[in-house]
Amino acid sequence: MSSNGNLNARIPGGPVQEKWEKRRFEVKLVNPSNKRKFKIIVVGTGLAGASAAASLAELGYEVLAFCIQDSPRRAHSIAAQGGINAAKNYANDGDSIWRLFYDTVKGGDYRGREANIYRLAQVSVNIIDQCVAQGVPFAREYGGLLETRSFGGTQVARTFYARGQTGQQLLLGAYQAMMRQVDKGKIVCLPRREMLDLVLVDGKARGIVVRDLLTGEIERHVGHAVVLATGGYGNAYYLSTNAVNSNASAIWRCYKRGAFFANPCFTQIHPTCIPVSGEHQSKLTLMSESLRNDGRVWVPRKKGDPRPPSQIPEGERDYYLERKYPSFGNLVPRDIASRSAKEVCDEERGVGESGLAVFLDFEDTIKREGVDYIREKYGNLFDMYDRITGEDPYRTPMRIYPAVHYTMGGLWVDYDLMSTIPGLFILGEANFSDHGANRLGASALMQGLADGYFIIPYTLGDYIATSSFRPTSEDAEEFKQCADQARARLETLLSIKGRRTPREFHREVGQIMWNYVGMARNEAGLKHAIQELRRVREELWQDLKVPGSNDMLNKNLEMASRIADYTELGELTALDALHRKESCGGHFREDSQTPEGEAKRDDANFSYVAAWEYTGGKGEPLLHKEPLNFEYVAPTQRTYK
Amino acid sequence: MDQGKHQGMTLYLKIWRQAGPNVEGKFVDYKLLDVSPNMSFLEMLDVLNEDLIKKDELPIEFDNDCREGICGMCGMVINGSAHGHQDGTTVCQLHMRHFKDGDRITIEPWRARAFPVIKDLVVDRSALDRIIAAGGFISVDTGGAPDANSLPISKPQVEEAMDAAACIQCGACVAACPNGSAALFTGAKITHLASLPQGEPERRIRALRMIRQMDLEGFGNCSNHGECEAVCPKDIPIKVIAKMRREYLRGLLK
Repeated sequence: MSSNGNLNARIPGGPVQEKWEKRRFEVKLVNPSNKRKFKIIVVGTGLAGASAAASLAELGYEVLAFCIQDSPRRAHSIAAQGGINAAKNYANDGDSIWRLFYDTVKGGDYRGREANIYRLAQVSVNIIDQCVAQGVPFAREYGGLLETRSFGGTQVARTFYARGQTGQQLLLGAYQAMMRQVDKGKIVCLPRREMLDLVLVDGKARGIVVRDLLTGEIERHVGHAVVLATGGYGNAYYLSTNAVNSNASAIWRCYKRGAFFANPCFTQIHPTCIPVSGEHQSKLTLMSESLRNDGRVWVPRKKGDPRPPSQIPEGERDYYLERKYPSFGNLVPRDIASRSAKEVCDEERGVGESGLAVFLDFEDTIKREGVDYIREKYGNLFDMYDRITGEDPYRTPMRIYPAVHYTMGGLWVDYDLMSTIPGLFILGEANFSDHGANRLGASALMQGLADGYFIIPYTLGDYIATSSFRPTSEDAEEFKQCADQARARLETLLSIKGRRTPREFHREVGQIMWNYVGMARNEAGLKHAIQELRRVREELWQDLKVPGSNDMLNKNLEMASRIADYTELGELTALDALHRKESCGGHFREDSQTPEGEAKRDDANFSYVAAWEYTGGKGEPLLHKEPLNFEYVAPTQRTYK
Repeated sequence: MDQGKHQGMTLYLKIWRQAGPNVEGKFVDYKLLDVSPNMSFLEMLDVLNEDLIKKDELPIEFDNDCREGICGMCGMVINGSAHGHQDGTTVCQLHMRHFKDGDRITIEPWRARAFPVIKDLVVDRSALDRIIAAGGFISVDTGGAPDANSLPISKPQVEEAMDAAACIQCGACVAACPNGSAALFTGAKITHLASLPQGEPERRIRALRMIRQMDLEGFGNCSNHGECEAVCPKDIPIKVIAKMRREYLRGLLK
């Protein structure tokens, strides 16, 4: 592992408030009548991908959009519940672009890029306007104006929401905008396709290789630029709040083609998920963070208290978040809430059968505001909890436990959201840029839509206008080679004919990741994880059993290919966590904490983005550092007390 | 799974197997042991599939993704009911505690002319996307939208829009309808957009185009059976169909 400091993020000069304005003026424009001559490939149709596809098509580009689901509307953005942040200050409670910027830099534990974060806060206000114009039914006050609520890590109400289905409604807005362009012939949408490789011509991203998931056909698609919006890598942990088909293979292929991977160890473990119920568990379900507005988190004071919650008197309960963090209380950021839950469970004060859960209790709010208040705000979440656990949260407190939810790390991008491969742009959760080491609630939706609606339309145009493109086609040697390699890899997976199923391997990889690269990390554990992942990878390529063939709908083949990638990506995640000998945000190193047990950053040595370069599988990846300079928000020990 | 110590339920499953779009399918019987009441229905099928792979048989293909009832990807007919017999529940959220030891469970794909079977329990629902493409949107380009609070919308109005917008496009309404009609689905989108002032300018053309596309796709007509409302996992009310008809008339009359 060696270091190299020549990563240029191409951040415009001038005061932070003027950088985006400046960049927007600097970018070269593409003549409206020329745009139709350029084909843009968009992979993934969640909030970032769908909004990008629609906006680029509206500008006149020819867009080719891909998704793995049967319809672009099913991308996992749809499952986001709580809301979307925007610095509208409609609540008149002291919010501003500057405050959203400040909260996000601080919430990310000073490991995000100031210029990007400020821009995110700036365009947040346009997102709400755009979505309302599209017909997104945000919650409203009786007077007809928009309602907002609070989320973790902030003291203002800047979160807009549509019941507990905000992600769904925002995605439908973007999906409908996209389908309008499909109808106009400006977007060709190819669903049930999985990207297997990125094709470079003269060092530029010029196309992709995909598998038609129904027929197994390996297709080649050519374009002038590739926009990747394929989400995060949380499923490397097997159990996560991601959809079961969410995967990291697209970003991993791009990493192996030369795109740097930044801060992979910054993973977010969400504090309020429904606990694991058994070996059969295939995914974990989130209970929105918004519930912490009205629910109180507690465990019994006594170890191993067997009594049901209703029989534990007030004085024998420990509302540990309110006790430890009086000013933010139950609304501390996610990393802190998750670690606190782990702490009380490690002290054997956890509840439920497994002892790996804490209570989220609505009794006081129900007494104060009535059941209808709760039902109107969170009805669908309460119903979902009841369906999954068979318990009625109106009567008994919810049991919750942290689960892998989001990955702040991702492919490195410059200010224009372009990766280290020219012409490859990375949007949304798939990039690393805006959330530092910890994402605040309701900011993922904001970032996905900011990237897709308001940033890529400008920056991609500049790339098109300033680049020259050699004519190429799907018959070109570069395309043929990538397609052949992709096919050969699948054939190899099928030919192993071992004893263990893809799911068994996935479970094993996930267990290693959760145990050693989870909520608390240490040197010995991370080294062990790296060894273990290498062992599993070796076993996988010798003992995997994939049923069926390549020329059919074969979900197990899809899974096998993704899991083989997780064994590699997991190793990079552990390696990054090992090298970052400080705690920050979601990355908690047990050997770097304050006397009170809070994450202790080491700004003198680690105030940088760690961007890893693939070295062809020979030796360790190469570390590049992008130094982080904080000109506006001075790094301090983060406190929510 | 077949080794003594049976702690959970034993289930007798009869599942539709079909190798591809244009081949004949048939029901196949499976016996599954040790089913935990805490499993979701899809997790129960996962366990069966693991078992089949170990026995060198092809696993059962079924569509699924978020497994939390919102993406709309999953769907199958369980003992004659789309998404099973639990009200307001997608099959991924249906849990095995609602079944009992020894139950016989028949599992079939959505059956409708407009939803051809692709494999086993997987069907092609792309017709629904084409209905949306025909007009299920508000024509605003990115940028230039007025301030979000410049257009007050009453709470009841937005609640009505939200009730309809909650549709997850799973297709259960079509599968449950004796006519294979997509009226609930189409009506829900028309209602969502027609309930809001933003949807007003395109109100007439939207209803005409979406309904025309629905007919072109081979969906049947609605004859008010109400099965769609009964199976809808998001409880979309049948009144959206009445609204769709009014919008259609309004469109015709201009």
